[in-house]
Amino acid sequence: MSLDTEQKNRRLVIKLILIAVLMFGFGYALVPLYDVLCDITGQNIKLQQSATDPVHEFVVDEKREVTVEFITAVNEKTPMEFQAETRTLKVHPGQYYTVNFKAKNLLKTPIKAQAIPSISPGLAESFFKKVQCFCFETQLFEAKQEKVMPVRFVVDPKLPEQYKIITLSYTFFDRTNIIEN
Amino acid sequence: MASVVAEHDDHHDHHDHGPEKGLLRWIITTNHKDIGTLYLLFALVMFFVGGTMALIIRSELFEPGLQFVDPQFFNSMTTMHALVMVFGAVMPAFVGLANWMIPMMIGAPDMALPRMNNMSFWMLVAGVLLLAATLFMEGGAPAGGWTLYPPLVLQTGKALPFAIFSVHMLGVSSIMGAINVIATIFNMRAPGMTLMKMPLFVWTWLITAFLLIAIMPVFAGAVTMLLTDRFFDTSFFNAAGGGDPVLYQHIFWFFGHPEVYVMILPTFGVASTIIPVFARKPLFGYASMVYATAAIAFLSFIVWAHHMFTVGLPIAGELYFMYATMLIAIPTGVKVFNWTATMWKGAMTFETPMLFSIAFVVLFTMGGFTGLMMSVAPVDFQYHDTYFIVAHFHYTLVPASVFILMASGYYWLPKWTGNMYNEKIGRLHFWLSAVSVNILFFPQHFLGLAGMPRRIPDYAIQFADWNMVSSIGAFMYGFSQLLFVWIVIDTIKGGVGKATDEVWEDASKHGLEWTVPSPAPYHTFTTPPEIIPTEHL
Repeated sequence: MSLDTEQKNRRLVIKLILIAVLMFGFGYALVPLYDVLCDITGQNIKLQQSATDPVHEFVVDEKREVTVEFITAVNEKTPMEFQAETRTLKVHPGQYYTVNFKAKNLLKTPIKAQAIPSISPGLAESFFKKVQCFCFETQLFEAKQEKVMPVRFVVDPKLPEQYKIITLSYTFFDRTNIIEN
Repeated sequence: MASVVAEHDDHHDHHDHGPEKGLLRWIITTNHKDIGTLYLLFALVMFFVGGTMALIIRSELFEPGLQFVDPQFFNSMTTMHALVMVFGAVMPAFVGLANWMIPMMIGAPDMALPRMNNMSFWMLVAGVLLLAATLFMEGGAPAGGWTLYPPLVLQTGKALPFAIFSVHMLGVSSIMGAINVIATIFNMRAPGMTLMKMPLFVWTWLITAFLLIAIMPVFAGAVTMLLTDRFFDTSFFNAAGGGDPVLYQHIFWFFGHPEVYVMILPTFGVASTIIPVFARKPLFGYASMVYATAAIAFLSFIVWAHHMFTVGLPIAGELYFMYATMLIAIPTGVKVFNWTATMWKGAMTFETPMLFSIAFVVLFTMGGFTGLMMSVAPVDFQYHDTYFIVAHFHYTLVPASVFILMASGYYWLPKWTGNMYNEKIGRLHFWLSAVSVNILFFPQHFLGLAGMPRRIPDYAIQFADWNMVSSIGAFMYGFSQLLFVWIVIDTIKGGVGKATDEVWEDASKHGLEWTVPSPAPYHTFTTPPEIIPTEHL
């Protein structure tokens, strides 16, 4: 191989390695990019972790009934019991409702836990407005403590007709380690 | 393409040495032919390792109920079968072909970076061994599917960091291989071998190599995020820390979709190389083949979320990814029509490589059509994660990529070994494969449409009959492949006699590799050949 080719090879290899390194960075750049895109499309519930402000008065649609289901779960190895006091509720769009959730720390030490909500069908999500929710912040549970926590919500009367049932699901995650580190 | 006027020069003045003696030759070799052979043999072994895993899966699914393995191990088998076949068999096989053939096709003496070439092979071996070792670890091998979706994959036992490091090594190995291919093609072509005179196999590999450099680092990043999520309390995909598991799917498929084209583009290249030789016509639409390959490669980067239609994409996203995916059918159609037009009114003969290539055109088209069906977002909700998708991608991988790998074996074995293979056994191998592969995969379309989910060790009894048919096909197909092993060994030992330099009638009009003696000498084109354009260009 001539010297010339060797030099050309070296230059090309450096460029190609640079592309590979940049693409490794691009993989990480997708993380904030994803949040931005979710924000634009309004898809991802993790960005709607705060109350609908300010409390809006809707016209209550007495004629229409939507069933709201409440599902609870705890993530793997999270030492808690977690239930909804109401399993299903028939609601009129525009009317405010409060439902209570009960959670208990099973450990003899305090834990910090975060509830992550999910709404199905996803396209109904933007019509489901919460003014108060225990999921807005990390909850501290003292040893063996049981808490009753409310969620206050309203279904926007603009909810398209085809949605008859909305399922609201909460999963509790143990964040004690993440917060302390 | 181009042909050569200069006789091959065996008696050059360089201080040339032949291969090292003994086993050490294979460990320290920097010769592109040696490394190509290593890659190809390694891929063949892995093809049988992955195939054995597939047969464990098909044995369990022969009847409803749990027969042989427990569900955890079954899930490990589906995961490992995919990883071994993708990273251990199909990709290395094509790298092996690239090593052997690209320098000979463009008139170069060797690959541009011979020592890196050696390193990338041995890194591949280390990576695959590490992956295989996870089978024996506490908690078993990864069992969450080859896509390694969190949070499921984070429940893997002790094997998780080993599987992730193995993916890192396989990635580095592929990237080094790709850099080598690009450097060879850009800097080592014989004078006169312009880009648009290169054989299509070289073109498709050039484009594949760029895909690899662009995507393997992204995959490495994704699995690194899994690693830090599990061991260092980051929360990329952990909802409790503000992360999102769906993000992983986006990153994975940004890698994953181009990755499936990494396995199919060189397949297209080999088909475009073999079909003209046995149709005794130049390839129809050479330039359009090049542009179609580039178009497919470009589109592969902007369609990834069609793997995620059911994940809850915004409706605009579903529409965009649906239409963008459908676009891929256009350049792919160009290719299929070009192969057909190449055969049109050709003086065709049906030696084993041609048989496999024709079967590839037909069966790949079927796999392409089921892909088109699934690109339709609303109907994908029915097909998603059922046996329909299993049937689809196996049609594009087994009777496409694997058939073409078999075809390249038959096509170039005489050049590699200097001996002719046994044509009768070759044709027997083809017909057994072509029949059994359809018995194996075609019923899986029915199972999927009827609602049988993928990655399950047991199923409802209404799926029993077609599963039994599919399993019978699997064993027929698996055992037929032993014929290929027999042929490879037999041909190395002498086959049915010496091969001529040209091997196939008028092959030297189609590629430089047929102008060197058979078997190809240890060093070829130490002085560049003179390239003269042939009439059809």
